[in-house]
Amino acid sequence: MEVMPKWAEVILVPLISLLLAAILSALVILAIGEDPIAAVKMMVTGALGSTYGWGYTLYYATNFMFTGLAVSVAFHARMFNIGGEGQAALGGLGVALACLYIPWPHWSLALVGAAVAGGLFGAAWAAIPAWLQARRGSHIVITTIMFNFIAASLLNYVLVNLLRPKGSQDPASARFVDTVNLPTLHDMLAPIGINFSKSGPANVSLLIAIAACVFVWFLIWRTRLGYEIRSFGNSESAARYAGIRPFKIIMVSMMISGALAGMMAINNVMGEAERLVMNSVEGAGFIGIAVALMGRSHPFGVFIAAILFGFLYQGGAELALWTSIPRELIVVIQALVILFTGALDNMVRMPLERIFLSLRNRKEG
Amino acid sequence: MTTAPAIELKGISKAFGPVQANKDISIRVMPGTIHGIIGENGAGKSTLMSILYGFYKADKGEVFISGKKANITDSQAAIAAGIGMVFQHFKLVENFTVLENIILGAEDGRWLKPSIAKARRTLVELAADYGLNVKPDALIQDIGVGMQQRVEILKALYRQADILILDEPTGVLTPSEADQLFRILDRLRSEGKTIILITHKLREIMEITDTVSVMRRGEMTATVKTSETTPAELAELMVGRKVLLRVDKSPAKLGDVVLDVKGLRVRDEKGVERLKGIDLQVRAGEVLGIAGVAGNGQSELLEILGGYADGTGSITVNGQPLDLTGKLSDGQSRRARGIAHVPEDRQREGLIMDFTAWENAAFGYHHDPAYRSGVLMNNAAIREDTEGKMERFDVRPPDPKLAAKNFSGGNQQKIVLAREIERNPDLLLIGQPTRGVDIGAIEFIHQQIIALRDQGKAVLLVSVELEEIIALSDRIAVMFDGHIMGERLPSETDEKELGLLMAGITDTDTPHSVEEVQANLAHAGEGAK
Repeated sequence: MEVMPKWAEVILVPLISLLLAAILSALVILAIGEDPIAAVKMMVTGALGSTYGWGYTLYYATNFMFTGLAVSVAFHARMFNIGGEGQAALGGLGVALACLYIPWPHWSLALVGAAVAGGLFGAAWAAIPAWLQARRGSHIVITTIMFNFIAASLLNYVLVNLLRPKGSQDPASARFVDTVNLPTLHDMLAPIGINFSKSGPANVSLLIAIAACVFVWFLIWRTRLGYEIRSFGNSESAARYAGIRPFKIIMVSMMISGALAGMMAINNVMGEAERLVMNSVEGAGFIGIAVALMGRSHPFGVFIAAILFGFLYQGGAELALWTSIPRELIVVIQALVILFTGALDNMVRMPLERIFLSLRNRKEG
Repeated sequence: MTTAPAIELKGISKAFGPVQANKDISIRVMPGTIHGIIGENGAGKSTLMSILYGFYKADKGEVFISGKKANITDSQAAIAAGIGMVFQHFKLVENFTVLENIILGAEDGRWLKPSIAKARRTLVELAADYGLNVKPDALIQDIGVGMQQRVEILKALYRQADILILDEPTGVLTPSEADQLFRILDRLRSEGKTIILITHKLREIMEITDTVSVMRRGEMTATVKTSETTPAELAELMVGRKVLLRVDKSPAKLGDVVLDVKGLRVRDEKGVERLKGIDLQVRAGEVLGIAGVAGNGQSELLEILGGYADGTGSITVNGQPLDLTGKLSDGQSRRARGIAHVPEDRQREGLIMDFTAWENAAFGYHHDPAYRSGVLMNNAAIREDTEGKMERFDVRPPDPKLAAKNFSGGNQQKIVLAREIERNPDLLLIGQPTRGVDIGAIEFIHQQIIALRDQGKAVLLVSVELEEIIALSDRIAVMFDGHIMGERLPSETDEKELGLLMAGITDTDTPHSVEEVQANLAHAGEGAK
């Protein structure tokens, strides 16, 4: 028998964790002499109070959905992929190359092409640590994190020496041609009469991210490959008994993971910057770990957690812009949310389990 | 006036959930003696010693040290009571020196230097008293396993232990190292220390102990003087001689040879040869039982037949050879060849404990066309199929959506059994079919195995329960140290003879001297875990 009903597991635990993080954040804000209630108001209006705010919140959320899904897929195979940052950076390179060197007739084809390119680049970047893990036993956490640094250096080299247009002082690629520019939410919602802010960067990639959530759900819980991935992740010895090859599962799950991280680039590189810049990922790869933890590696949970973190990012930016609360404090708040929803999960879960257990015992006795 | 026993346990009981690890155990160990505790894996020896050392709290029972009631709540209390423990897996810091390891946790005060100086003096004394010579300044990682074990013993003595508990001390030693250890133990005994030796090796018991207790399934089945017993008697006590579980079965109707194994050799990951040239055959319509003390190669035999160990030699099924290495030596290929496998450890191998019953019911067969539609799983079909299986195998509760971990051991085993038997295999491999299974389910599981045999299928049964082997098998092969020691018909053998074979003694008709048995068993030390 499960100790807690499913609704408590899925909704109550993260909700209480969030509440605790919020309370602690409020105390920190109080401690530096600011008004927490005003701060919350500012964050909510800044992130959700206007279509401009939503434009940014959903833009960030799109990034986090991709990277959160990436971590989730690998995690189902018990692979802790910390390399989302590097895989997304390489994905950016793939997307940039696809956009710069292929004359796409229409943005929709370009989007498909860029997504494939970004996915392939991300998957290839994840494949190396995966192979090292599967064949050489090098720990995936170590190798993926090292590959983040390699990716950053590689991108640095490529941007400065290869992709930088002649005469430009900016270590960035040339701007993509207009035909590959993706429609923003403003463009997409205007025909159906909704006036969405022009300046929010959220774009059609959001739909791809949502489609990716559905895809991952299908992959993990409906396909035979997903079944094998979960089997391997749950019990390697049982997988061996069943004839599920560890090499295959490690490679495939990590490459799907890398591909999802790489596909993030259609949002930030193709949809927003419209060129490849240095450090285009901006930490989204790491936020993906928190998103996956909070979302319990379930695509729906990842979807919700990604929007929450999108809100925190945008609300935090607003807070830094309009109040004297320093930007670092926003990072503190984000860290508290990660700490409570991810790392301190058992702190909330165990007392709750005890409560439910005693409730049930009382009912039975 | 009689002296008080160094250690006395009275009525110790300990349960882990539904598993009774120790049941009403009482022992008296007199000072200056070596007391052996022998029993198979899982008999409850380690649990008992963990209680004595304060790792677990007994549910019931009392511990007396030198006649005084002791309340051992943790290992600190055990050390204070004069108990020292030498674990099977050493607890040493690899990159510390011998001296540093010895004082670790027993430093006097803030500064290390005086502690180390004191330890160095003590070490010289201990070496002189007990013949325990070590190099005090050598790093642990640079000295051999036998030396490391001495350091563990010295650690206990440094903490003024009068009672030493050694848990499977020779498991990691070569025979000559083991002999050295025994000389040290003998010396310790003559200096008045009390020693408890936990082992599953008969040779060690016969060689060094004064008294011996036999444990079986959490109970202490006998305590005898070593000089008044024989290895054969101990083997009997170890495997138990309860009433045979009656299984109704008609004489076997033998068909063609299904499984033919020739010259099979398997090495484990460390390169140790675990199967040293096995030949055996199983015919259609027969159960071949493999008897043996756990760790003599039975697991490796099941693993290579089930497709997850590599080896050399030849295996044919229905006349067609199986791959013993490479891609086609995996579980999927074996299943395609009509081999079904109920593994020894259902929780680690046979089931995924967090998966639902229906997900487990397709495990290993998830590529079956009936269970899939394209790349997808046909979950509805699997669930429906599982409902039928649960009904036919009387799995309780019959809920396919319940996670495997929420079923009892017997019902978990029935889920595995239903999955494997209903594939209608030509050959069923089945390891420890009733380990951790309640009495009611045992009978059912035995009936299913016999029913499969009566349908003309070949069954290879591995079990450490001799009763089970005798009750189910049409032919019994005994494994020892990676070899088949011999085959017997259940009607023409008894547990005594099988017990001797399990100890590696093939010549079972003539009486055997202790020396002969010892010499024989010494060889087993190299192969057994």
